[in-house]
Amino acid sequence: MEEIIISTIQRTMVAGTPLLLATTGEVLCERSGILNLGVEGVMAVGAVVAFIVTMTTGQPWLGVLAAVGAGMAISVIHAFASVSLQANQVVSGLALTMLGLGLSGMIGKPYVGRPLSIKMENVEIPFLSDIPYIGQAVFNQSPFFYLAIVLALVSWFFLERTRLGIQVRSTGENPKATETQGVNVDLVRYWSVIIGGGFSALAGAHLSISYSKSWVEGMTAGRGWIAIALTIFALWNPGRAIWASFVFGGIFVVQYLLQPLGISPNFLAMLPYIATLVILLVISFRDPRKLNAPAMLAAPYKRGER
Amino acid sequence: MKKIQRLEMVDICKSFHGVHANKDINLTVNSGEILGLLGENGAGKTTLMNILYGLYQPDGGQIRINGKPIKISNPVESISHGIGMVHQHFMLVQNHSIIENIALGYKDTPFFFPKIKIRERVKEFSRQFDFRMDLNQKVWQLSAGEQQRVEIIKALLNGADLLILDEPTSVLTPQEIRELIDILRRMKADGHSIIFISHKLDEIMDICDRVTVLQKGQIVGNADTKDMDKQGLARMMVGRDVSFKVDREKLEKGSQVLSVEDIHVTGDKGLPAVKGVSFNLYKNEIFGIAGVAGNGQRELAEAITGIRKIDTGSIRVNGQNITNMSPRKIYDYGVSHVPEERIRFGIAPGLFLYDNAILKQHHLKKFSKRYFLKYNQVKNHAKTIISDFKVSTHSINNQIRNLSGGNIQKLILGREISEQPDLLVASHPTYGLDVGATEFLRQHLLQLRRQGSTVLLFSEDLEEIFELCDRVAVIFAGELMGILEADDQRLCDIGLMMAGSKRVGDNTHLPENNQV
Ligand SMILES: Nc1ncnc2c1ncn2[C@@H]1O[C@H](COP(=O)(O)OP(=O)(O)OP(=O)(O)O)[C@@H](O)[C@H]1O
Ligand SMILES: [Mg+2]
Repeated sequence: MEEIIISTIQRTMVAGTPLLLATTGEVLCERSGILNLGVEGVMAVGAVVAFIVTMTTGQPWLGVLAAVGAGMAISVIHAFASVSLQANQVVSGLALTMLGLGLSGMIGKPYVGRPLSIKMENVEIPFLSDIPYIGQAVFNQSPFFYLAIVLALVSWFFLERTRLGIQVRSTGENPKATETQGVNVDLVRYWSVIIGGGFSALAGAHLSISYSKSWVEGMTAGRGWIAIALTIFALWNPGRAIWASFVFGGIFVVQYLLQPLGISPNFLAMLPYIATLVILLVISFRDPRKLNAPAMLAAPYKRGER
Repeated sequence: MKKIQRLEMVDICKSFHGVHANKDINLTVNSGEILGLLGENGAGKTTLMNILYGLYQPDGGQIRINGKPIKISNPVESISHGIGMVHQHFMLVQNHSIIENIALGYKDTPFFFPKIKIRERVKEFSRQFDFRMDLNQKVWQLSAGEQQRVEIIKALLNGADLLILDEPTSVLTPQEIRELIDILRRMKADGHSIIFISHKLDEIMDICDRVTVLQKGQIVGNADTKDMDKQGLARMMVGRDVSFKVDREKLEKGSQVLSVEDIHVTGDKGLPAVKGVSFNLYKNEIFGIAGVAGNGQRELAEAITGIRKIDTGSIRVNGQNITNMSPRKIYDYGVSHVPEERIRFGIAPGLFLYDNAILKQHHLKKFSKRYFLKYNQVKNHAKTIISDFKVSTHSINNQIRNLSGGNIQKLILGREISEQPDLLVASHPTYGLDVGATEFLRQHLLQLRRQGSTVLLFSEDLEEIFELCDRVAVIFAGELMGILEADDQRLCDIGLMMAGSKRVGDNTHLPENNQV
């Protein structure tokens, strides 16, 4: 029993890591007023690039860097369409997802099913990992896990406690007013989209070189979409994204726990997606003013108009 | 030494959809000088200043600083040249706190923990400009007057070399206006240049050295204020004589129209905003509520018009209990509303002018049949409002947000008044109107009164209150400090009442005659 609990907590942390990374990125992006539905596609690109680079060079961290670079680069497409061209952000984001999924499938073809022999060592935090039960479950994890939490906390600090953070948030709330205060709205939005893309790619890298240590087409399995829902669930706050992501990580793991009880595995596989729907439904009953949604989310901003 | 010794705009042209908003404008302002920019609603003042601030690009012409031509393609550049601006339409982030709004624009905001430094700066500054507000409040919780104060503070803290103020005083109290004027005078002495736009000619006469007058996008005159009087300025603006005094003949009060009984209303801040207010209004009267912004005026107006729920108490219109009914039902009982924030509550900015001309009235028989609108009638109605209220626009097929501030206000007034309401609840109705339109509106309100309507007028502008109202109440911290007849001597103490330090009945042995 004891072992089951420990391993469940441990797997929950692992499953929540990519969700947290992607959600943090999406929060940053949406806070600047740009809706990016391309998370799933960028994640897939990140996963495949990280895998290929790690496999060919034998350097997992090089793989991670390459993935982040690729994710940022491909996100420029969405930034250009939604900021410079003022295109519909839903359409542009969907296009990015399709592009990313297709591209990753194509370049990843020769690598499908090949196992990755290079391992990223777990990091054991001294002392903390000696705490009974949770010590081993929480403080003996892959570096991605710690990175995700640190990045989420840093993002929270950035948004709430720095001048640039105020500028990013104001851009999402009222780009016109923000511009009159001497902020370059387009620049803020470009960087928010690009950095958000980097986060998504990092999530993908975790999937391919740490979580499953292999590449198959479609291995992101809708996690990008869940991250978008989690962004809402976290009320656009990276701090809340931490626990929201791990709750969802838990739902992923619960599937395996419930399987022996004779519940149809197909039904269990639906759980994370059903939970997403339920959460969106519950959230929609809240007072919209307390929701914190950026007021101008997904609205293109044209300069020189009233 | 200020960076800007002399700023010139030379032959500036700008048109929208083929209509000139500015044509061949030449304007100069020197260091240590306050220039007044005057003109009717829609004359092109805001457009011209937006060009100077880099929000619009001119179609032609040049801007020069100290004789050197410069290009200003966005506010980042204008700010770096030393230009600052208070915008006519508040440029505030509604969901952010006051302090975050100030931090956004302040030039010396530190990168880390910006709020701490800003809080100190504001505290320091509020010795000059009274700014007793909780800085953690969100802007959407503030009334129009409070928002205007935030806008001013934002600009003053930066202390731009050239400060543009586009109707900064429209919803301030006389006391606040005086404080602002003092600060501007000091800045002038320090060598700043200031461009000041206002429709309040007394202010213009008071602080401006020179004025430039625009009409339909062109300059029609320049003058030194010392050789001018108010009448002359008005004549330059509208091309005719304007009377600043209105005749309010004595009328007998009619039957009771509105009765407000001991209502309590919670404000957006989550605190009680209106605490046990009672009064009655009668046919043929204009009833004014004076007070400093943020003392419950907005909540009271919203409670009466159904936008905000009442916690306890009751409101009756013509004997009918309308407490907590929907705004649309209340409208059907004959209550019209001119809200205090025209852009947020008065219009749907992205809709066309004719759509906005029938908000809340779309269900009336004359505008709709079953599920469909009768667009011919709607458009005709819009045209009537435009011609009656002299709304200046090139077409009714125009998004209403493209109109100038004063013209949006005129359309709202036209919509709310033209149906001859039993009760008109109006929050500073002359907000942003030019002198001609103000005169017209005041006459119109008096005519409504003559025809048997009742007007409940909220205003920070005491002169307006004294000129129009038969009875005046002063509101402070959500309570009425007293209700007085317009000719009551005790109104001399209105300033004290607005500050909450005096109530009618204090120090006097007169009976409280305020509960009519
Ligand atoms: N972005 C825009 N698109 C279309 N028309 C515009 C735009 N901006 C201004 N206009 C038009 O230009 C004219 C001048 O407007 P402007 O706001 O400069 O007037 P104003 O002098 O500031 O008036 P007010 O006293 O009412 O504020 C108006 O007729 C307005 O409709
Ligand atoms: Mg204007």
